[in-house]
Amino acid sequence: MKQPFEKVVATHADTVLRVCRVLLGAHDAEDAWSETFLAALRAYPDLPDTANTEAWLVTIAHRKAIDVLRARKRLPAPVERIPEAPTALGVPGGNDADLWEAVTALPEKQRQAVAYHYVAGLPYAEIARILGGSTDAARRAAADGIRNLRKSYRGAATEGAPS
Amino acid sequence: MNLTADHFASPADAVTLERLRQRLERAAEAESLLDVAYTTVDSPLGPLLLAATPRGLVRVAYDIEDHDRVLDALAQRLSPRVLRAPQRLDAAARELEEYFGGRRRGFDLPLDLSLSTGFRQLVQRHLPEIGYGQTRSYGQVAQLVGNPKAARAVGTACATNPLPVVVPCHRVLPADGTPGRYVGGTPAKVALLTLERPEREGAPA
Repeated sequence: MKQPFEKVVATHADTVLRVCRVLLGAHDAEDAWSETFLAALRAYPDLPDTANTEAWLVTIAHRKAIDVLRARKRLPAPVERIPEAPTALGVPGGNDADLWEAVTALPEKQRQAVAYHYVAGLPYAEIARILGGSTDAARRAAADGIRNLRKSYRGAATEGAPS
Repeated sequence: MNLTADHFASPADAVTLERLRQRLERAAEAESLLDVAYTTVDSPLGPLLLAATPRGLVRVAYDIEDHDRVLDALAQRLSPRVLRAPQRLDAAARELEEYFGGRRRGFDLPLDLSLSTGFRQLVQRHLPEIGYGQTRSYGQVAQLVGNPKAARAVGTACATNPLPVVVPCHRVLPADGTPGRYVGGTPAKVALLTLERPEREGAPA
């Protein structure tokens, strides 16, 4: 049985926003969130009842984030060196600008894998389906991403107990 | 995994999420994706769920019907594209408030009766012909719709009225003078009949 879409929003709005923030930063995350849920609303009647709703939403968010990044690249660069703006990432919900700065520095695949595994909680098989490639590659990307974050993120050095 | 567990888990703030939800609501309406809009309003008979399709008001539900179950049923019967979107229900909410305040005797709202079919819908279409403050028996309504032997089926049509209050099934009573059963419970039916009684005495303004 398919639940009212309002319940899908209530259940997954927060996770999808946090995924979008890791993928894009706080400013563009809101546009990606809106595009994601509007596309999801459009397609919702055709979603199989057995589907994993969260994985489905993250898959849509993945595509919308790529659209946003492409649109960003098409914009003419006004200056040769783009100034770093970590605060744009850290403001709403991110009380930790260092972490966001570290996330921004990750290669795209690692950033995506970290978002889908550590924020959305998706299994690696599902992440492999979204990213293309093998389950092992998805696991490696997430592990590399976390290792890189630990290296560059200052807070991790003091708190990072061995797991 | 201190880094991940501690730092990616902090939820977005409620204000941001509500703002995004409202943005989705507007976009859905603009893109004609809002198949069922709903809201909840307070009334003297408790909270009422109001739901509308683009064609009109499609459901009024009492609290005892369980609003979550009603929304689940709307998702099944009409479309799962169901969103809380109070704006589409503004006129209905206003007219209900006027009605409960004794300032309105009839409803002037587009209705979508698609939750009912056949004889039940036929009965529901005719119920607004019973004016404010009047009552009819199930048998009289059967005659009204041209099927005098169908008193029991009229009872079923009233019991399954998807638009109570607005489609006045509360004005249909058993012939024995008792208030009879009602989707909102018998006390709600009595309260509506009392509200509509022309010789209301000492009623609060």
